[in-house]
Amino acid sequence: MSGISTIWVYLNTSPLLWLAVTIAAFLIAHVVGKKLGGSPLANSVLIAGAIIITLLLVSGTPYTTYFEGAQFVHFLLGPATVALAVPLFKNLDKVKPVLLPMAGALVAGSLTAIGSAVAIVAAFGAPAEIIASIAPKSTSAPIAMELARSLGGVPSLAAVLVILTGITGAVIVTPLMNALRIRNFAARGFAVGVASHGIGTARAFQVNDVAGAFAGIAMALNGALTSLLVLVWSLLLG
Amino acid sequence: MSQASKTEPARPALTPVAILAGFAVLLGFQLAGETLVVATRLVLPSFAFPGPVAGMLLLLGFLVLRKTLDASTNAVSTGLIGVLSLLFVPSAVGVIQYGGVLVDWGGPLLLAVVLSTLATLLVTVFTFLWIAKLTGKQSS
Repeated sequence: MSGISTIWVYLNTSPLLWLAVTIAAFLIAHVVGKKLGGSPLANSVLIAGAIIITLLLVSGTPYTTYFEGAQFVHFLLGPATVALAVPLFKNLDKVKPVLLPMAGALVAGSLTAIGSAVAIVAAFGAPAEIIASIAPKSTSAPIAMELARSLGGVPSLAAVLVILTGITGAVIVTPLMNALRIRNFAARGFAVGVASHGIGTARAFQVNDVAGAFAGIAMALNGALTSLLVLVWSLLLG
Repeated sequence: MSQASKTEPARPALTPVAILAGFAVLLGFQLAGETLVVATRLVLPSFAFPGPVAGMLLLLGFLVLRKTLDASTNAVSTGLIGVLSLLFVPSAVGVIQYGGVLVDWGGPLLLAVVLSTLATLLVTVFTFLWIAKLTGKQSS
């Protein structure tokens, strides 16, 4: 027994174990996702996240220990975001003719994302800090945490809501668009980029390269517009 | 297609140094983006914008001006984007850290997230298609 616990203590203090678990869980999620095919719940972030959360809870491992290993994967998000310029550049001839639809969809979508979330929680009588935390939920995590803080919200709650929004959009976008018989992948990708930031963008790339390129630009534009709207909002509040 | 062709790459694989060069381009533009955001904050302290997204816009501008995309940047970018979902897994697992903050308002917050995401998808996609139809331009 003490031998096993010695091994466990060693593994749990080395970043290797949880880095390996992160990649293994993702590979399992990928295979499960392919098997489930059309199921809306076959989202690799959702499945891998659920597997790892279960392992952490069962083993009593704190998130900080997990992140010691997972940080190496997490770090690659930065260069991967920069890399989104590449599919965008390759699809530039498809972007140029639809600048006007993109601008209109961005403003309408961004206002809907903020307004509808704020309206729903306000209808339940939520306090101002909860409202401020959900307002930027459709932007990427670092920006939403910063915006929530500047509005008097809770950055950690904002981060949770961002992840849940990302997974929700990634899970429902394909069945929703298919049910509506929308085959314009530029429009589909743009919508999921505005609604569900990077997690939606990752999903869009799995479906179609054009959808992915449009999701990437939508994510960037929505981050910029939401920041601007919140900046104006906070200036108006004084 | 013979069996052998499955194991051989269709075109010459990038050298390890070329892969490093592709990474260097991405990291360099991320660094430039982060620096630009930090510099903007000196003037506008409440300015919130992710550095990597600024780096992406800078790389796009660079590619547009240069009009070409080199093979190493292309290969490394395509590879990273191919596993983009994986990169969000650590953040998604981070939800357990803050599960407690959802206790009091969990129901309304989850309802708001689902309904608002659905509404945003619908409003965005239909506004896009509507304006595209008005301006008589379609992209597929």
